[in-house]
Amino acid sequence: MTELIDEMNLQERIIGIPPPGCSVFAYYYFDIDMAESAHGRGAAVATGMKRAFPEAIVFTYQGDGDLAAIGTAETIHAANRGEKITAIFINNAVYGMTGGQMAPTTLLDQQTTTTPYGRDVKLEGYPIRMSEILALVEGAVYIERTAVNSPANIRRTKKAIRKALQTQIDDLGFSLVEILSPCPTNWKMSPLEAWQWIDKEMTKQFPLGVIKDTTGDKDAN
Amino acid sequence: MSRGGPGLGSIVASQSDYFQATRGGGHGDYRTIVLAPSSVQELADLTHHAFDLADKYQIPVIILGDGMLGQMMEPVEFKHEAPEELPIRSRALRGAKGRPSRIIKTFTSKPTELEELNWSLYRRYQLIRKEETSYETFLVEDAELIVVAFGIAARIAKGAIKNARTDGLKVGMLRPITLWPFPSAKVEELANGTKHFLVFEMNMGQMIEDVQLALAGKGEVSFYGRPGGVIPTPSEVFRVVSRLYYQKGLK
Repeated sequence: MTELIDEMNLQERIIGIPPPGCSVFAYYYFDIDMAESAHGRGAAVATGMKRAFPEAIVFTYQGDGDLAAIGTAETIHAANRGEKITAIFINNAVYGMTGGQMAPTTLLDQQTTTTPYGRDVKLEGYPIRMSEILALVEGAVYIERTAVNSPANIRRTKKAIRKALQTQIDDLGFSLVEILSPCPTNWKMSPLEAWQWIDKEMTKQFPLGVIKDTTGDKDAN
Repeated sequence: MSRGGPGLGSIVASQSDYFQATRGGGHGDYRTIVLAPSSVQELADLTHHAFDLADKYQIPVIILGDGMLGQMMEPVEFKHEAPEELPIRSRALRGAKGRPSRIIKTFTSKPTELEELNWSLYRRYQLIRKEETSYETFLVEDAELIVVAFGIAARIAKGAIKNARTDGLKVGMLRPITLWPFPSAKVEELANGTKHFLVFEMNMGQMIEDVQLALAGKGEVSFYGRPGGVIPTPSEVFRVVSRLYYQKGLK
């Protein structure tokens, strides 16, 4: 993200909204304007910012609980309105900061602190594919799912984020990059095992790739 | 669990949500029972009690813990025994088999009907005030200065008061356990013995308003608070207590 801010020359016009959660400290790592929002409300705050100041490039950085649990309504409706914002959606299949509870994105049979016997369809339902859901929403214009569990995937993630930011720069609509991300602490795995688990298990439920791209259909204006 | 605020704030203990819990801020002229545990054991006990109260009075009950209670470990004994027979709820919805249908609603197009509903809630709240107000007192019998504190602050205050007592200062404490209904009658009764009260809470001053209302001018209320998630130490509170004690000419 920071590389892109430099390469695309955005430092002076980009505004970010970090999440509550492990990544709340993002503002210590990015030398850009940033504002906290309440949990799940990133898309709403981003909407306000972008509409008040359309020249800015506004992005949110949200976890799976943030964007797909408490923030589902805000996310879907911001996408539906075609808000010209970019959501970076970090999917690690658990609620990280609070100690590893089940998230909407937790896989079936996955053990978490609130599903000690594994996620059971009958009690806890299915993992939710937020990218696919948002692809059905007409205001969403660019949606891609990537992962960060290998150098190649990290490079692919950077390309996806670049494309998402460009979508916003070109004023085309709502963009989102879903990034499958390891949480070795709460998955109770080593970092290497976590990387492998993303490949072996997560991508079965959350396939990588471009989910939606209608940017080519629209004019650059 | 109250944490430091406002906004994301911090994840350490604070008592900054007393107003939010007791004053509500939701819609309608309502009250909710608010319970304030000050130990992990009490958290367990009050949780059982909360369900019983909620069921008995058909009212929401808030268990107002804090970040410290949420993050500490203490031994707990689960002593609650469920009643053998659960009470029959005459308004429960189970399908209108063999009886007239029941509707759970408050909406009406007749204001007088809504007024009567509100008055019936008022009577229920009066009953709860009479029956369920709960508090703990600590060394108040001969106290010349009474600390009022709830939750984790009460434990900190207890440590301070024990030190004060070894120094010969006659300090006691009232610990409200139900923040709503607030033990106003007990506060007023304590003001018969002494007029000096110190409200100690981990915020900028919230419960103090209930103490002042209860005293209605009958006592003098001082305040010590630390907002933002700072956890005061017993020795800090002890210094405040003893300084106040001398300032009021009690020694």
